Amino acid sequence: MLAFLRDRRVRGYLFQLITIIGVVAFLWYIGVNTTHNIEQRGIKTGFGFLNSTAGFGINDSPISYTPSNSYGRVFLVGLLNTLIVSFVAIIFSTILGLFVGVLRLSKNWLMRKLSAAYIEIFRNIPILLQILFWYNVVLRSLPSPRGSIDIFGTIFINNRGLYIPQPALDATVISVLLSFILVIVFVFFLNRWSNKRQEQTGQEFPVLPVGLGLLIVVPIIGYFVGGANFDFSYPHLQGFNFQGGKQFYPEFIALAMAITIYTATFIAEAVRSGIEAVNKGQKEAAASIGLSSYQALKLVVLPQAVRIAIPPTINQYLNIVKNSSLATAIGYPELVTVFAGTTLNQVGQAIEIISITMLVYLVVSLVVSALLNWINHKMKIKER
Amino acid sequence: MRSKIAKISIAAIAVLGLSASALQADTLSDVQKNGFVKCGVNTGLPGFSSADASGHWSGIDVDVCRAVAAAVLGDASKVKYTPLTAKERFTALQSGEIDILSRNTTWTQTRDSSLGLNFAGVNFYDGQAFMIHKSLGVKSALDLNGAAVCVQAGTTTELNLASYFASHGMKYKSVSYDTTAQVRNGYESGRCDVMTSDSSQLHALQTTLKDPSGSIILPQIISKEPLGPVVRQGDDVWFNIVKWSYNAMVAAEERGITSKNVDQLKATTKDPAIKRILGTEGRLGENLHLKKDWAYNIIKQVGNYGESFERNVGMGSPLKIERGLNAQWKDGGLQYSPPFK
Repeated sequence: MLAFLRDRRVRGYLFQLITIIGVVAFLWYIGVNTTHNIEQRGIKTGFGFLNSTAGFGINDSPISYTPSNSYGRVFLVGLLNTLIVSFVAIIFSTILGLFVGVLRLSKNWLMRKLSAAYIEIFRNIPILLQILFWYNVVLRSLPSPRGSIDIFGTIFINNRGLYIPQPALDATVISVLLSFILVIVFVFFLNRWSNKRQEQTGQEFPVLPVGLGLLIVVPIIGYFVGGANFDFSYPHLQGFNFQGGKQFYPEFIALAMAITIYTATFIAEAVRSGIEAVNKGQKEAAASIGLSSYQALKLVVLPQAVRIAIPPTINQYLNIVKNSSLATAIGYPELVTVFAGTTLNQVGQAIEIISITMLVYLVVSLVVSALLNWINHKMKIKER
Repeated sequence: MRSKIAKISIAAIAVLGLSASALQADTLSDVQKNGFVKCGVNTGLPGFSSADASGHWSGIDVDVCRAVAAAVLGDASKVKYTPLTAKERFTALQSGEIDILSRNTTWTQTRDSSLGLNFAGVNFYDGQAFMIHKSLGVKSALDLNGAAVCVQAGTTTELNLASYFASHGMKYKSVSYDTTAQVRNGYESGRCDVMTSDSSQLHALQTTLKDPSGSIILPQIISKEPLGPVVRQGDDVWFNIVKWSYNAMVAAEERGITSKNVDQLKATTKDPAIKRILGTEGRLGENLHLKKDWAYNIIKQVGNYGESFERNVGMGSPLKIERGLNAQWKDGGLQYSPPFK
């Protein structure tokens, strides 16, 4: 009977089986125990609450929302706000991080030291403190609506936020937007074509100047083609607050700013380490075959540096999504604040709501990481 | 290595199997075993529950917990306080982190019937009101169309606010925060024009503003807010103890028993009603699974309802709230204890 236990493979399978049974039994126990306790305490369960009326207001909503909408709608508003603030923070922290990371290696002493100081200061202060700091600074130092900072009578800044004119979505706006997208797509393909041509013939094409030129000229043409008529909604003081225009709330600005400034330090370090990790010999080799220092950077150093910088940057993007939940400290209505917070408190169904919220973060994080891993895979050196 | 994992998982299953039946709701035994009552209170609301510099908690909500501790353990100081935000409070009670939630919580049908909770009484009858900066020159809640309103997230206040504005055809911008302190700061720094909360809270918070006279509380009361202590559903012994500890305070005031005269009354009174309350006659304590002198301890150490009210929120406090609805029923108020018989 015990003889077959001496076989390593049999033993291996047996212990794996026992471990699986152990894990399943543990999860089963938690499940049964929870259901039992819930039933015993007479707590209502189920997802029916998603259809009932929420009854509370949300200030910052990308889709139309009134207190008579359902909790399902609240969930959607929270989710969209989470995605919006994460997206904005990802874009700006990438730009700022690239900039600071490159400056960190600059030959200019002052630039190098300034960016080092920036990184050391903001990387070492907890993000929650930074959010509270920006929120309180933004809020406390600004005047009330009636004493707003007024820029040309069209842009207003006060302690309720930043108000800018908002163009109506008419022909002109659409054609200008379309021409922007068109130019970006065109430049993308132009870049691919010029890279190919350079590989084959060695001739360079000035992609950057041409691209920038097009980015200015084409939208202007688009403006006239679209009817040259911008129909703005201007903010104006009416009653207690400003009406019209587009309002950016202080909660949103503070959160996006804090996350951007914080995360950019990590991205800058990823960029710096990427560039520094490229062997010095690579630059020397590039110089020895007669490439200019710009060509060496573009053709030899950067392609290798980017590969090294991508994985840590992916982690930072995931951190941004998760850190956006700290909004609850200043009341920006993202998922954790309005759904796992307010909704949970109004309906009291903790298990359902926390499960949904955790699932959302899991899915968002997995999607972001899958997308960027795919890019990482594409960028990897193909070994043949 | 693998065999180690296997051993651990087998041990884990065995332990879990044994403890599966150990989770029973018997709060009284737990409290007696621990030697203290775990009480969830507000994170800081003068008059209701706030801690002083030395960490000593006081307030009308705190007194409910002290009364229960006096009744069960004979010592009103045997309370462990857990400061909770509005958002955390129900989960803390449901999960057993606290034994009583005494945190200016409004008794509503939904909360009573769907959260697995029981409301043990009303220790403060309140109503929602608005506080506004005087400089805005608003005299009535009906002139608030378009205002930005600071409110605490996850409260009945937040719901009343929406329905009040909707029913009067007015618009508002809600600015909601987690804690009372954040709401107060939001209001003071001008993030919103108006702050809304229960009238008593507004009175309490006004005293903490840098310039209390720069704000006024509008006269409109837009809701009923009966506030009271809450316990978990399904533990009737504990429910009764909390309910009657509070009733003892109300009944003591009605019968004129105070912390000052309780000893003298206990020795000399001929009134059978007072004797029953103080445990010198009858078996009311036994019915609650407590000692005979449970109510005596409450009155001696915490005082009757009127004493608690005056000390914490009434004329003897900075809040100076009138008794109003919170007067005894015989004085035209709503405070009414069922008979101690």
